[in-house]
Amino acid sequence: MAETALDPVAWTCPAPLGDEPVVVLGHGGGGRLSAELIGRLFVPAYGNDVLAGLGDSAALTLGGARLAFSTDSYVVRPLFFPGGSIGDLAVNGTVNDLAMSGARPAYLSCAFILEEGTPLPVVADVARAVGAAAEAAGVSVVTGDTKVVDAGHGDGVYLTTSGVGLIPDGVDIRPQRAAPGDVVIVSGPVGLHGIAVLSVREGLEFGVEVTSDTAPLGGLVAAMLAVTPDVHALRDPTRGGVAAALNEIAAASGTGVVLAEESVPVPEAVAAACGFLGLDPLYVANEGRLLAFVPRPHAEAVLAAMRRHPHGSGAAVIGECVAAHPGVVVARTRLGGTRVVDLPLGEQLPRIC
Amino acid sequence: MKYLSEFQDPQLARRLLDDIHATVTRPWAMMEVCGGQTHSIIRHGIDQLLPEQVELIHGPGCPVCVTPLEMIDKALAIAALPEVTFCSFGDMLRVPGSDRDLFRVKSAGGDVRVVYSPLDALEIARREPDRQVVFFGIGFETTAPANAMAVHQARRLGIGNFSLLVSHVRVPPAIEAVMRSPRCRVQAFLAAGHVCSVMGVEEYPALAARFGVPIVVTGFEPLDILEGIRRTVRQLERGEHRVENAYPRAVRAEGNPAALRMLGEVFEVTDRAWRGIGTIPGSGWRLAGAYREFDAEHRFGVGDLSAEEPAECRSGEVLQGLIKPRECAAFGTTCTPRTPLGATMVSSEGACAAYYLYRRLDPAATTVKEAHPVG
Amino acid sequence: MCLAVPGKVVGIEERDGTRMASVDFGGAVRDVCLAYLPDIEVGDYAIVHVGFALQRLDEAAALATLDLFARIGALEEEFGDAWGRAAAEAGPDREEEVR
Repeated sequence: MAETALDPVAWTCPAPLGDEPVVVLGHGGGGRLSAELIGRLFVPAYGNDVLAGLGDSAALTLGGARLAFSTDSYVVRPLFFPGGSIGDLAVNGTVNDLAMSGARPAYLSCAFILEEGTPLPVVADVARAVGAAAEAAGVSVVTGDTKVVDAGHGDGVYLTTSGVGLIPDGVDIRPQRAAPGDVVIVSGPVGLHGIAVLSVREGLEFGVEVTSDTAPLGGLVAAMLAVTPDVHALRDPTRGGVAAALNEIAAASGTGVVLAEESVPVPEAVAAACGFLGLDPLYVANEGRLLAFVPRPHAEAVLAAMRRHPHGSGAAVIGECVAAHPGVVVARTRLGGTRVVDLPLGEQLPRIC
Repeated sequence: MKYLSEFQDPQLARRLLDDIHATVTRPWAMMEVCGGQTHSIIRHGIDQLLPEQVELIHGPGCPVCVTPLEMIDKALAIAALPEVTFCSFGDMLRVPGSDRDLFRVKSAGGDVRVVYSPLDALEIARREPDRQVVFFGIGFETTAPANAMAVHQARRLGIGNFSLLVSHVRVPPAIEAVMRSPRCRVQAFLAAGHVCSVMGVEEYPALAARFGVPIVVTGFEPLDILEGIRRTVRQLERGEHRVENAYPRAVRAEGNPAALRMLGEVFEVTDRAWRGIGTIPGSGWRLAGAYREFDAEHRFGVGDLSAEEPAECRSGEVLQGLIKPRECAAFGTTCTPRTPLGATMVSSEGACAAYYLYRRLDPAATTVKEAHPVG
Repeated sequence: MCLAVPGKVVGIEERDGTRMASVDFGGAVRDVCLAYLPDIEVGDYAIVHVGFALQRLDEAAALATLDLFARIGALEEEFGDAWGRAAAEAGPDREEEVR
């Protein structure tokens, strides 16, 4: 057949660029361009067995202890948005990356890159937000750094946090472990963070308040692992949303994922804003949600434990892993049709068509 | 009542589908002209639920897809100018010109911004009087009134640093071009509901009569699309070719008189090239004489810029349903969604891109029809 | 072409000589230009595209359409032609033929 000659992973849409000679914004969008930057540039430059795992955090053995180690940089405009700030994101994002390997987050570093001319009260507000978020997450910020760049060379404040945590014995959570038969659970309604931030930029107001879902998920993961250590994979669906996270796990594990579209919890206001801007809620960023791939026999108990936790009260089963169409995520639509849910190229853009 | 989710109801969809299945007795090929409808069809998997006999041909109604290469190149040239703030709907940023796209211009230092409305671009022009603010005025009849108003306001309020790069296209000449194609397979049209919200339906009876095709004005939610298909199939089975309005909540026969008046004042009809199809006489709008000073092509001297579309691309034939994407030699080889040669590979709703995407599924493992997954 | 969605007009004001509305799209509210729907009032629904209200949403027509969908099949057995029957019931205002 003609199509067997095609490279099944080379396609992207809509209307993408060819190979990039320069950095474009999409390289930071968490989609295909980000993945290519890592795979083609960073891994060849300094790759090793641990990095090759490409989890949200690295799992290390050091002095007999199993550590999770992760770092992340935060660039968000505006610095403060409904439901949170760059300080909350910086703490929760790294805490969650650690939690996605099953670790108990313990210590963070926090580096500030400040733009010349930024009012100090703004920096103070961000710093206080970091402190409050760390306390809420049960971690300590134990080291840091500050640099200042020329006026016009930054959006006021950029943050970089790194973190370490201990991985409990018997826990082996990696994208590669997702397998046919796993049940896919989301910990709550999706799309709130992305729409909350976008609403500020797009002049949208919400009758019912839409606020970022930013939250630390270490406690939720601990509650899940108390049910069974045998959780296969976890991912926090940040940039690129649920669609990107599912595609990453499908690709890493070589399983197919089937999503039941009507079971994905989408708040009404998020659905409304998405409809209005031409966005798909599956591609909108979250900062306090996780996707869990759980073997079917444990799924019900894990789901129940999630629902008892404040950060998982809206948890729902949204799909399952299948042996068919390895590496591809498919959604069953409300009408009973199917569609392929692909890895986004870069950032999702409002559309008119 | 929101007049939205009610039109996505699976039980009612089943009733409409059952009626279509019960009515159809032989193969019919109908074209949904509008890219928004194509999007909805793929998004909800509607094509997979129809009888085998009903073939949907995705028409040339995506403004992103049909904007000619030449116009994209003009946009890129203007956006790269240091004094210009170039504003666009998000759709257009990834559409490749001859050698780059708007994202690339932005990464090279160009001031390119995504806006939701042309009025947002006008507001930028007012706030930043030292910048030349250009809005990329693409779209069909639905979008044209918004862009017309932006230009009208710019003149009225004396915002001289605003201009419009106009690439507006019109549906009826495209329908005519499709029907005039010697090997045309299209037997009926689902007309674009929101185009008709503005324009009304007066342009369509003559087309239906001349070409002997049913034209059913159709909305965008799943039930609307199924109802459009249902009525089209009924007409085809009865040998009728009338204009029907299956979207009466948003379309009146006379359209929107205020919008039509503004279109008549700001724009005039012109020939327009369509990507993958070629020039269609009278298929576009440009700024009328009184507004010429707001024409970005004129202001920035890019009117003479021209570009050749790749000769090996057969997207024009795909758009008319004459060939399936894989019958094109470039499909999947030199032409992929990553490196598109033509309109139908450019956007995710384009027939070639969608076809390429569905090749990733094991047909045996899903309900996707092997014969024509996306028409 | 043309992503346009229905929303409810919740407020109207004059700005720079243009009528502008706050329109509620099922929980998300945004400014919309009313220049093309000069008669629309608070409480009405409009079809909105790129910040412009393009057409008043005819609520009675919407309900009639949904009612028709709900009776397709049942009507079919009774009367033969669902649409013709529904159109007749709805009266001349609901005339769907526009030839």
